[in-house]
Amino acid sequence: MRPGRYRLAMAALLFGTMAVPAHAATIQITMQDLVFAPAEVSARVGDTIEWINKDVLAHTATARNGDFDVTTPPKKTVTSVLKKAGSVEYYCRFHPNMKAVLTIAP
Amino acid sequence: MFVRLSAAITALSILGSAALAQGAKPTDPQIAHIAYTAGVIDIAAAKQATTKASNKDVKAFAQDMVRDHEAVNKQALDLVKKLKVTPEDNDTSKTLSKQAADKLAELAKLKGAEYDKAYVANEVAYHKAVNGALETQLIPSASNAELKSLLQTGLKIFQGHEQHAEQVAAKLK
Repeated sequence: MRPGRYRLAMAALLFGTMAVPAHAATIQITMQDLVFAPAEVSARVGDTIEWINKDVLAHTATARNGDFDVTTPPKKTVTSVLKKAGSVEYYCRFHPNMKAVLTIAP
Repeated sequence: MFVRLSAAITALSILGSAALAQGAKPTDPQIAHIAYTAGVIDIAAAKQATTKASNKDVKAFAQDMVRDHEAVNKQALDLVKKLKVTPEDNDTSKTLSKQAADKLAELAKLKGAEYDKAYVANEVAYHKAVNGALETQLIPSASNAELKSLLQTGLKIFQGHEQHAEQVAAKLK
């Protein structure tokens, strides 16, 4: 009984570690003085991006390939979840001189 | 193209020569006044566009201009209050306002697609001129570090507007 229960516990532990996927991360990208920082970010599908706008202006993070388009009001934070893999160049539609890259692994 | 270029050149030379005509570089109170006036001018043009424009991208662009320039001018007012600086009217501000009033009257006579094109072309030229003046005159002349920093951020914002206006103009063709 005891060894059996032990094996079961071991199995559960092992199975548990294998079954639980890598925890989805939350990544912060700030917009300040018309700059996305960091300018290059690596993430995974399922990760959450916290878009932190420190400017007094509204900004967007608009993917050139159309994968996402997030608008963040002045002095606000907006979150979005990454749904598709790929190396995505994005920019601000209001200030197209703001550009950055998000590399999303599957 | 010719009209747009000549408008840009006129605006640039007005900004340049009026400031230079005073013999010395503009003072901080004058710079604050010029920068604020430049914002007010673009807001007035944008407000006209929000009612007159027919193209949806042009309308949206005009709304962006009102929102951004009002936010920047509010920051400018907060800063001069904090620094206890009273913006000082000057020849550059006066020339800019006079020229802008003429342009607004000229645009008011246009309609439909013709108006849309003329407004956006003027936005490209105007932002180009203001950015040139910021880079070569106003930023180098500013002595207060916070004013200089606000002007530098302003330059980045207005460079963004210039690119945005160019994109909208390209789509109108």
